[in-house]
Amino acid sequence: MTSAPTAPATRVLEPAATTAVAVEAVTAGYDHRPALTDVSLSVDQGSLLAVIGPNGAGKSTLLKLIAGILKPWTGRLTVLGGPPGSSAGRIAYLPQAEAVDWDFPVTVAEVVMMGRYGKLGFLREPGRHDREVVEAALEKVGMQGATERQIGALSGGQRRRVFLARAIAAEPDLYLLDEPVTGVDATTQEDLMDVLEGEARSGKTVIATTHDLICAAQRFHQAAFINGHLVAQGPANLVLDQQLLAETYGGHVLVLPGDGGRVVIDDAHHHDQAPSGERHFHDESR
Amino acid sequence: MDPLSFITDPLAYGFMQRGLVASVIVGVVCAVMGTFVVLKGLAFIGDAVSHATFPGLVIAYIVGAPLYIGGAIAAVATALAIGLVSRRGRLRFDTSVGVLFAGTFAFGVLLFSTIKNYVADLLGYLLGNVLGISPGDLIQLAILGAIVLAIVLAIRKELLFATFDPLGAAASGLPVAFLEYLLLALLGVTIVVSIQAVGIIMVVAMLVTPSATAQLLVVRFGRMMLIAVLIASVSAVTGLYLSFYLNLASGASIVLIETIFFGLALLLGPRTGLLSRAPRSIPQGA
Repeated sequence: MTSAPTAPATRVLEPAATTAVAVEAVTAGYDHRPALTDVSLSVDQGSLLAVIGPNGAGKSTLLKLIAGILKPWTGRLTVLGGPPGSSAGRIAYLPQAEAVDWDFPVTVAEVVMMGRYGKLGFLREPGRHDREVVEAALEKVGMQGATERQIGALSGGQRRRVFLARAIAAEPDLYLLDEPVTGVDATTQEDLMDVLEGEARSGKTVIATTHDLICAAQRFHQAAFINGHLVAQGPANLVLDQQLLAETYGGHVLVLPGDGGRVVIDDAHHHDQAPSGERHFHDESR
Repeated sequence: MDPLSFITDPLAYGFMQRGLVASVIVGVVCAVMGTFVVLKGLAFIGDAVSHATFPGLVIAYIVGAPLYIGGAIAAVATALAIGLVSRRGRLRFDTSVGVLFAGTFAFGVLLFSTIKNYVADLLGYLLGNVLGISPGDLIQLAILGAIVLAIVLAIRKELLFATFDPLGAAASGLPVAFLEYLLLALLGVTIVVSIQAVGIIMVVAMLVTPSATAQLLVVRFGRMMLIAVLIASVSAVTGLYLSFYLNLASGASIVLIETIFFGLALLLGPRTGLLSRAPRSIPQGA
């Protein structure tokens, strides 16, 4: 008599998840003002994590800490197996659209080529391989053929595509994306998320801040809720938990009844297309 | 007088040969540095640093040291102090620079007033006199200019990335803070090299005007730098001949030619030109 395997097949096939980013009891801020207090979270390799929270909640601060640009006051971070900043060339960062000077005299191809600089190192000029990587990255985001245009001449959606292409061209193990789908149309959002899903499937880790809760629930694996501190971290569909949202956004949330629930946040980022006609702007300092 | 001798006659004079070489070197170095000054918004810093060289020059004169050395120490020290203030100041940045700017210059004027005899050398530094440059000064100027150019061209892709997107550059592993300080130090050296030609008060024009003109004309970083260099060289030569034949102040002539180029670009430029924009500014559907 042969003994049948007792464990389900899926359990066997599933590889042991490695941790790409671990944040342990981190407090950090600017000019003696804390932006994040006692935050702990961990991100599995190959997962898509949405960072959710109101403006000024410390979402960008979290990305800067992981990128090694900002040092924590207390606590510890482990990024791709080492301290932050030690994995140069393995991280790609996508800045918020409003942080970019769109009048800057650079073309699409030049911006995407910047993604290669971290790997190239000083005193080395981009070669044929780099140009091929840039071309492939532009094709991935559907922006081939626009290489010679100045970035300011692009639409909002095209600009996000180009910056994602720059991140892809860096061939990173970790994507840190500050509002990659803010202010873009539905098609662009779907396209960008398809690309990121593909990257995650090939083992890359993606951490993105977003104000789009529906997108977070549908397209991400995990969500972290932040409001100066960590409110919760869990599966992405937690995004539709009304109580959790109320805790994160301080009561400025309304979940409309219906299939799946429509979420309205009146503390929406000013680039968001708010679903309601009425929008309120709160203090946006930092 | 035939046109050829119109150009060659002045070259019979040693001071004119030296003046031409010096003003073209100054123009080129300032245009290359100026590309970063314009794109990073450092014009006011440039003005502050050039005024801060004055106390350095006066102290060097009083103790009998080479004026260049005094000016260079003051310029680089001020540039780095400004970098420090920008990173950890609590005041608005331009306020801090304004305080530093006026304070250092006043200190120079105060020291200057203690010198009993008439000091033509020092006054020359205020308004510049490129036709009075000695062979020894010209060699110093050429060496310092070549050093600045060599460093900037060697790390231009890193400077470009750090200027365009400091966060993205830092995340990809570039030493952004170091690059920023290096750029400020190079700015200090550039200013010291330039003040003998155009004077403390007009250096900022040499830094800003050719690059600003170029930015109106092209949308690529490399071309912007190239066109700035061309404008600066043509202005240097034209200005100096004008100064020779009409007996005008040399620095002011060069700066005014550059300003005329800027005015023309503003009026006729393809993207931002006032004339080319006019038809497009008609409201649609009105």
